[in-house]
Amino acid sequence: MALVLSSPPAIGSGAALHAQAPALSVPYTQFTLPNGLNVILHRDTSVPVVAVNVWYHVGSANERPGRTGFAHLFEHVMFEGSMHVPEGDFDNWLEAAGANNNGSTNNDRTNYYIDLPANALELALFLESDRMGFLLDDKAPGKVDGQRDVVKNEKRQSVDNQPYGQAFVELASLLYPPGHPYSWPVIGSMEDLTAASFEDVARFFRTYYVPNNASLVIAGDIDIASTRQLVEKWFDEVPRGQPVEPLAIPTVVLDGVKRKTITDRVQLPRLYMAWHTPGLLKPGDATMDIIANLLSSGKNSRLYRRLVYDLQIAQDVAAFQQSQALGSNFLIIATARPGQDLAKIQAVIDEELDKLRTEAPAAREMTRALNQTEASFYRNMERVGGFGGKADQLNAYFKAAGTPAFFDQDLARYRTVTAAEVQAAVDRYLPKDRRVELSVIPGDKK
Amino acid sequence: MKKTLILFVALLASVTLVAQQPDRKQPPPIGPAPSLKLPAIQKHRLSNGLAVWIVEHHEVPLAQINLIVRSGSAADPIGKYGVGSLTAAMLDEGAGTRSSLELADAIEFLGANLSTASSFDASSVRMSVPVSQLAEALPLMSDVALRPTFPVSELDRLRKERLTGLLQARDNVGALVQLAFPRMVFGPTHRYGTSANGLPATIEALTVDDLKTFYRSHFRPDNAALLVVGDLTPASALPMLEKAFGHWKADGMVSLVAEVPNAPQLTKRQVFLVDKPGAAQSQIRIGWVGVSRATPDYAVLEVLNTILGGSFTSRLNQNLREKNGYAYGASSGFEMRLSAGPFLAAAGVQTDKTADALREFFNELNGIVTPVPAGELAKAKNYVALGFPGEFETTGDMARKLEELVIYNLPETTFSNFVPSVTSVTAADLQRAAARFIQPERMAVVVVGDRKLIEGPIRALNLGPLTIVPIDDLFR
Repeated sequence: MALVLSSPPAIGSGAALHAQAPALSVPYTQFTLPNGLNVILHRDTSVPVVAVNVWYHVGSANERPGRTGFAHLFEHVMFEGSMHVPEGDFDNWLEAAGANNNGSTNNDRTNYYIDLPANALELALFLESDRMGFLLDDKAPGKVDGQRDVVKNEKRQSVDNQPYGQAFVELASLLYPPGHPYSWPVIGSMEDLTAASFEDVARFFRTYYVPNNASLVIAGDIDIASTRQLVEKWFDEVPRGQPVEPLAIPTVVLDGVKRKTITDRVQLPRLYMAWHTPGLLKPGDATMDIIANLLSSGKNSRLYRRLVYDLQIAQDVAAFQQSQALGSNFLIIATARPGQDLAKIQAVIDEELDKLRTEAPAAREMTRALNQTEASFYRNMERVGGFGGKADQLNAYFKAAGTPAFFDQDLARYRTVTAAEVQAAVDRYLPKDRRVELSVIPGDKK
Repeated sequence: MKKTLILFVALLASVTLVAQQPDRKQPPPIGPAPSLKLPAIQKHRLSNGLAVWIVEHHEVPLAQINLIVRSGSAADPIGKYGVGSLTAAMLDEGAGTRSSLELADAIEFLGANLSTASSFDASSVRMSVPVSQLAEALPLMSDVALRPTFPVSELDRLRKERLTGLLQARDNVGALVQLAFPRMVFGPTHRYGTSANGLPATIEALTVDDLKTFYRSHFRPDNAALLVVGDLTPASALPMLEKAFGHWKADGMVSLVAEVPNAPQLTKRQVFLVDKPGAAQSQIRIGWVGVSRATPDYAVLEVLNTILGGSFTSRLNQNLREKNGYAYGASSGFEMRLSAGPFLAAAGVQTDKTADALREFFNELNGIVTPVPAGELAKAKNYVALGFPGEFETTGDMARKLEELVIYNLPETTFSNFVPSVTSVTAADLQRAAARFIQPERMAVVVVGDRKLIEGPIRALNLGPLTIVPIDDLFR
């Protein structure tokens, strides 16, 4: 990886808490095509591989009522060929070149990657530009039907047939009012998947799959100048679309405790607690990540230590900040040991949250969390492609921060979190009297 | 923080070159494939004879240190299945002068990730650490690997955790089929027929002495190797490694462990059905005893499996997912171990298409013995050979590849020979290998799903005798 390490300056820089910590530097070239496509190029010659990563700034939050699951269904159609690529040949040609590829959809965005040997870069640019500019032909309706069945089986496999699989569907509808873009699950409902028509596909493509709503990163063993020429060659003719207005959604607050109990064919009860917290990269977002670390990362973390290690009344516990553009959620999830009940587990969780509220965490605990975070940044710099590699991260920063130059600033968010801020954030964002409490208990699947 | 990013930003630069017009009538030509330049493996020994292999990897300031012990669950004595796995899991639950919690705190404080694990073939202690903290972290790692204390309270805690995990497996069709398939292929006595973690009765009975006996027999420098990859050099790393691992001495005689014998091959096709009422999908596994990692057909089988079920465009995935929409995905694979592991074809399919999916599975398994068309063969060979360099990207990736050489006693040329051996695979090779290693009429068919909906249609396929396997049988 071309991670350029710069020593901290001898004088000057105010915020450097760790004198020895090297800076994270990912040099890049950025330009925008006349059609609005944002392009970011990053050279890294450690292995002869190139990562081509495209983000479309559309997710399940952009879906219409009655068409939940549509953004993800559309993502599937993107692999079925385009006007100049016969059905099946998108993957046939890529595999014949030694490439791997995939895509994923969440609330806020849809991303696609192709990782391939450096010599085959132009094939990836042809394929990405063809499905960006010329996805739909007369075979498209049949492709939608085919992928509809596949997606329904994805839902059966990843939600319906999973123990506790319904919990996240319930959580979304408990946390958000009806009609809020985060109130339905990304995978959607079977009825809505059935209802999706080819007309919906065509409208979605025209509205959201336009170069001015997308961002292309090419990272790896590339020559910057000739790669830029190839990008212009293949993407210049993709027509610009109408501007896509960002979603303007009022912040959601809970005005009390929302409790629900559902049954599932499971052996052990599981408790979910959820709150609304600051959105991705907003002030407080990194603090919530640190709080999650203090609560459930490692044997000495507060909830793991109490529930799983000392009392042994829980089989597992997890706390995490799910960062999202329109507002995040903080979740605590714990599974009871046989014979243990959720009320006791919830009481211990509340005790531990109260302790954090009333007493700032010790310096060693804070440093431990920060050092783990910092090391994870380096580990994330090791891979150039795939989900979460450097190419994907450059696109993520471009979407969330408006610039790909955000690796250092991102780490600085964590380096500057103080113990007092942790205390204040627990008090402000994790109140006992405004949250969701969902219990899944053994019984019949609803 | 001072901005240290090097920017070469050219916003909206005017186009200086006339863009070439793209020709979309055919895919653009692909240039000659880049060759993989494998970094040198620098082989050393510590004063106690422990082998140390170092690969320099200077892109990110991290070090990956993997201690590999060449004994895993396959060395579990009969009646104590699970002891190797639990021994590995207990290594960091108290070691040297530190308790479990003190160890975790010290390791995490350094930003290190330390994990202990075991497979059928090996046990391991693996650590990823910022290279600036390596000197601090290595003594902790050597405590974990060389001086575990096996506190009884921690054993009891892990035991309960594992028993609860097995209770939870009853909820999950995916977990159930992972217990059921190897049991039906290898049986209850062959080691590969039982989960490496063991089952409730043996887990209940394992003692600290059992773990200590396993540890003493196998964790010794003459049965181990240290794999080191990262932003370091032999000159910088060896003194630290010597200090941490050089005094490790074997405790007593080398214990001779009999190799796991190859399991007897299945002789006739049978169907095993595990009832999971209300399941939205049926989990299907079809297979039999496959091959060991030492097979001379390694490259041939990689290509063969890529065509059958090892890639997105493979026949099984195209049929069950893209053509019929019965499944989110379908795959196949040879699990190659020191002895012959299973070959299996796998998918989760919607309940009402279970029998249809089985029929399509057998269409593809039967079809793979006929000559593979040239284009399909070329695509698979390229996919395997050209994707190979990507397997060496990170420090963790590189260390895992080195593990293969250690555990399976493979020559260093294994990696450089791999691409040429894939490139030379012929359709005749595939046909010969398929005829020998994929014989659908002798395979076990294991289905976990909603019996009342799927039993009738499965019986109507007449695949062979059908046995209903009670869930409880999978846990003993």
